[in-house]
Amino acid sequence: MTKAQSLWNHGVKIGAIGGVSVLVICLIGMVESFGKRFIIAGYLPMGVTIALIISMFAAFIAAKKTPIPEKSIQFANAVMSGFVTSGLLAIFVIIGRSIKLRVVFVEASPVLYNILTGGISGAGGIFILLFAGLLCGAFSGLLIVLTDLPRKLIINAIATVFALGLLQELILPILNSWDLGVTNYLAGLFYTLNGLTPIGAILAVIIFCILYLLWHANQNTIKTKYSNLPKATQKKTKYFGLLILAIILIFLPQFLGLFLSEVLTIVGLYVLLGLGLNIVVGYAGLLDLGYVAFFAIGSYVVALLTSPQIFDIGLNFWQALPIAVICGILAGVMLGIPVLKMRGDYLAIATLGFGEIIRILVLSDFLKPWLGGAQGIGSIPNPNFMGFLMVKPQHIYYLILAGCILVVFISLRLKNSRLGRAWMAMREDEDVAQAMGINLVATKLLAFATGAGFSALSGAIFASKIGSVYPHSFNVFISINVVCIVIIGGIGSLPGIVVGAAALMGLPELLREFADYRMFVYGVALVIMMLLRPEGLLPEVRHKIELHDETETGTQTAAQP
Amino acid sequence: MFQKWKDRVTVTDIVMWMIGGTLLLMCLWGSVSTIRAGLYTKSHWIDFVIFGLAQGSIYSLIATGYTMVYGVLKMINFAHGEVFMSGPFTGYFVATAMWRSDFLDNHPIIAIIAIFAVAMLISTMIAYLVEKIAYRPLRGAPRLIPLITAIGASFFLQYLFRGLYGSGINAYPDVKVLEGFWMILGIRVLKIQAIVIVAAILMMIVLYGFIMSTKVGKAIRAVSEDKEAAALMGIDVDAMISTTFVIGGMAAGAAGVLYALMYKQVHFFMGFIPGLKAFTAAVLGGIGNIPGAMLGGVFLGLIESVAPALFLDGLGIIAPYQLKDAIAFTMLVMILIFRPTGILGERLATKKA
Repeated sequence: MTKAQSLWNHGVKIGAIGGVSVLVICLIGMVESFGKRFIIAGYLPMGVTIALIISMFAAFIAAKKTPIPEKSIQFANAVMSGFVTSGLLAIFVIIGRSIKLRVVFVEASPVLYNILTGGISGAGGIFILLFAGLLCGAFSGLLIVLTDLPRKLIINAIATVFALGLLQELILPILNSWDLGVTNYLAGLFYTLNGLTPIGAILAVIIFCILYLLWHANQNTIKTKYSNLPKATQKKTKYFGLLILAIILIFLPQFLGLFLSEVLTIVGLYVLLGLGLNIVVGYAGLLDLGYVAFFAIGSYVVALLTSPQIFDIGLNFWQALPIAVICGILAGVMLGIPVLKMRGDYLAIATLGFGEIIRILVLSDFLKPWLGGAQGIGSIPNPNFMGFLMVKPQHIYYLILAGCILVVFISLRLKNSRLGRAWMAMREDEDVAQAMGINLVATKLLAFATGAGFSALSGAIFASKIGSVYPHSFNVFISINVVCIVIIGGIGSLPGIVVGAAALMGLPELLREFADYRMFVYGVALVIMMLLRPEGLLPEVRHKIELHDETETGTQTAAQP
Repeated sequence: MFQKWKDRVTVTDIVMWMIGGTLLLMCLWGSVSTIRAGLYTKSHWIDFVIFGLAQGSIYSLIATGYTMVYGVLKMINFAHGEVFMSGPFTGYFVATAMWRSDFLDNHPIIAIIAIFAVAMLISTMIAYLVEKIAYRPLRGAPRLIPLITAIGASFFLQYLFRGLYGSGINAYPDVKVLEGFWMILGIRVLKIQAIVIVAAILMMIVLYGFIMSTKVGKAIRAVSEDKEAAALMGIDVDAMISTTFVIGGMAAGAAGVLYALMYKQVHFFMGFIPGLKAFTAAVLGGIGNIPGAMLGGVFLGLIESVAPALFLDGLGIIAPYQLKDAIAFTMLVMILIFRPTGILGERLATKKA
């Protein structure tokens, strides 16, 4: 009896966790507000998809954690978990329909209950809900029972359909913008105005499966062929790849419309910020939460020097830009000196304090005659490149691209330089680094200065892009966003930061409903990332080794008496 | 002798001392000219001080949570400000429900106790869960990792409550008993401020007594002294860490209700700034040191309410109250630079090195 109970424990427990998670995303309104956007038009709203995926995931984990690796018990546990998840939701719906929960929970509306019960009122709806839970559990159970290849195939196929639906706003305008017969046909075949067509979804799954199987079959031969090539040819292939990437990057805004280019510039600005913070957090290991201060300084210097509003100095953007960057670097050094001796959490709080001090000072009436107070500074002229006025986001994009290339180049060169190695030594252990003869003061200040310079560059471009600066644009959330990009992308890894910026800044722009839940999702992502994969999505090799090495030695020393 | 000094004092030290000296001189100059100009009367100052005490005693209660967690885990619980917010935000619904049915005005004491109970329960639960989910699996990880988790948990909680209860500012109902003022020793004191001060002092006495004289309190102190040794003495370290979070959560929840009763409003972002201030208070008093956190809180509250008028008005700065947060944060940075051990803390200085 007790043994049987312990077998079911995982199913019930993890199912309950899944149920609570789904309940939370229902109650904060995610399911409802994503309900208007469809993955598969007419059949599968995105909100429901998220709920389904969570309950399937919970069931999958429940089955995986079953103590006895016997397929039937694992399957039963998965079904149990799915049932518990839906059971919790059913109880919630029953309570919600009899008591007015809306007094406390603003999002607990009848619309939500209808979504959960498939639009059917009364007991029938509850049965549908429970049945859906059972199905989810059974599906995950099947996945567990299957062998490796079909399991991967199914999971990845589902992910593909989800991604295609999610990125509709990105793919559809590109297809439409070409306006050729083929693309129009493809657009019509795959997409409606809201979501994939059912045929499109099935086609996508089939195409994906074929590609995946082909890749799976030929994976090894391709890899060995590539590694058998002479070194020079390998290098050539790499350069060729870079060339293609460069061409794509240069012509990208031509394919994208105004809106997508705007999104691209936002992502680009955050890539710049992320690359700067990467030097401070990623290379040198100094968690700086007041990073927005330098962004603000860059913006305000450009605003003050180019806008006719306050001082009317009348420099153009190109004259103001180096001054802004130099001011940023100086500010980095000045704010760096006081925090030289601090480590870890003290440093984080002190820099957070600095960021807030700068914002409060800029906002105050006291400095209003010089900095414009809450009204900010307006009418900053657009940058003028050799007589060509950069007005549209497509034009600003090239400015940002140039900035990114410069910053990536500097970062790459710094990474393997003497200074870069000093930073990484400092990240691993300050005391040992000092004992090895690294000048901590200079090394730390250089990290702060470089990071601040990049941030100021980003701020300068931001100011001239928007055309006005307000203190409210420079709140603590910018710092947190950038920290999220660096951490989730992979501390210290440059491709990680680009991917992180694209995912964390680009997606919320594409999915407008997402804006309200942005910080919620970032918070969850940070916690989950730290718990499961502290090295980030695309980790830097050395940092990954460091992290895993440390845990191993840690357990070893703990195991020793 | 001179040579020795030359070796020890670096350029950065000199720069730091110059910045510190300048700030100190500015404060002195500002105070002298404010008092000379006679911008404020005696009763103004008394009002500032009482307000500062009330505000400070709330900071003290939150700061004890920071300081105790720092004691046992050696990390800053970034999400503590959200623990503080969660209680009164939930209590708001209890309060409005009772206010609608006139229960709040007919039986104010029972009603207020109920609000406190609900708020403290929720805060305690949140604090416990945060520890269990976000911090416990990360014991022994590099220091940066739990800090990042804490930041994540903090924003997760803020936006969770924003999603659950809405993003607006909710006005706490007025409690008739708490309105008006008392004359104490010939000084006019707002009732709510007096009650906040007394309640906070009472709670701090209970908390201090609990930590100092019960067995659990002793175990917590042992864990914060040395985890391994405490485990060898038969103390369940994980349970004690959870208990610490629970106590911190209770104090934060109570502080939250006091805050809500004083300012009469709650919203999802209300925990962020008080959280930072309370951390400042904890550092001010010497982090890891409970009486220090209490003292630091009161001191910070006083500085915040007196300093803008005293230091900045004299310097001819307009609207000095806009800068009161800047003063608190400047003080935080200055303390971290010149005396990272805080007013009362000596213990930690040797430990961190």
